[in-house]
Amino acid sequence: MTTVDARSKSREEQAVWAALAHVMDPEIPVVSVVDLGIVRGVSINGDDVEVAVSPTYTGCPATQLIEMEILEALQRNGYPKARVKRVLSPAWTTEWISEQGRDKLRAYGIAPPAAVKGRVSALLGEEAEVACPRCGSRNTRKVSEFGSTPCKAHYACANCLEPFDYFKCL
Amino acid sequence: MSAVIDKADIASYAIRWGDDALILSHRLAEWCADAPELEEDMALMNLALDLVGQARTLYTYAGELEGRGRDEDAIAFTREEREYKNALLVEQPNEDFAYAVTRQFLYDAFSLPFYQALASSKDATLAALGEKAAKEVRYHVKHSADWVVRLGDGTDESHRRMQTAIDELWTYTGELFVNDDLDRRMIAAGIGVDLTALKDSWNETVNAVLKEATLVRPADGWMATGGREGRHSEYMGYLLADLQYMQRAYPNMKW
Repeated sequence: MTTVDARSKSREEQAVWAALAHVMDPEIPVVSVVDLGIVRGVSINGDDVEVAVSPTYTGCPATQLIEMEILEALQRNGYPKARVKRVLSPAWTTEWISEQGRDKLRAYGIAPPAAVKGRVSALLGEEAEVACPRCGSRNTRKVSEFGSTPCKAHYACANCLEPFDYFKCL
Repeated sequence: MSAVIDKADIASYAIRWGDDALILSHRLAEWCADAPELEEDMALMNLALDLVGQARTLYTYAGELEGRGRDEDAIAFTREEREYKNALLVEQPNEDFAYAVTRQFLYDAFSLPFYQALASSKDATLAALGEKAAKEVRYHVKHSADWVVRLGDGTDESHRRMQTAIDELWTYTGELFVNDDLDRRMIAAGIGVDLTALKDSWNETVNAVLKEATLVRPADGWMATGGREGRHSEYMGYLLADLQYMQRAYPNMKW
């Protein structure tokens, strides 16, 4: 399996990665599966292409749809025998979201995963300092740890008063 | 030199933990559109969704190991009550919201160290799931612990209901830490988790949260067991009737 390092990619692999860069997350249609860091590798053996994909959450309903869309995109691009392999380990982490992906999330109104400020308590966990994706204020408040999809929490900005989604750390 | 590992044993082991996840997720799903506030409705469904994802991974793997053609749906929906091996705790009914958050907390405080330990399993699939699920369950225990504190240290009424729920559910917590023959074989093979070793971590979490919640930890008296052998409480049949209805009415249906 090849790594994500662009320098070591063959022309063929680059073409596959380019096709994958157009496969968007169905729930957050501005970020691609490559931006999200869920594509873990591409291996090509003749016309046999295998794409390794990590689910964000085990129960994420978008997982199957994403896998189907990856296959469709590769079929459109001349890889009729493409396969998707689901990889659980190493577990996907939000640290694999690219810089570009973070910028796209913010522009879309979703605060990207923030660095943790340090542990408040061992049990109740750490609180991240989340900036409002609209006005940039750090004067924000967590409304709920759980939002409209497994990967998001629900926040509100105390400065511009807008509610917003926060892509929580995993 | 470890004994030869029976694939059927690993399948049974996977199904047992899948059953905990599936049955608890069903109890959570019963709150859909009924939780005390919209945010909580979404939170409980998020928890349920994670649990379904964990169950699907475990059932699919068990089906592959069995090699008898059973897929995740066949395992989830077409077994008899005695074939479900979940702990009695997770099937206990939603008497009120206090029961729901207490049941969740008592189980989350167990499943976090369980999945963390499973991440070191010699079985690659179980280890991968352990690593993944532990990250998800960390959010669960945080959420349920928040509620235990908020309601325990809340009004007289919420405190009373929480104490009742803890007193009633306590008798189902002992079973979580009992190793049976299957556990012992899996532990010997380096695949399974020694459940007795999780008790300290669980005690630490439970004691700290109950203290902050001003709730009294019940004495460890007689503990109900039987879930791991398929002997369930009277609530299980009704739960399965609901859970299995679609597959029983329309066998092999697909969405």
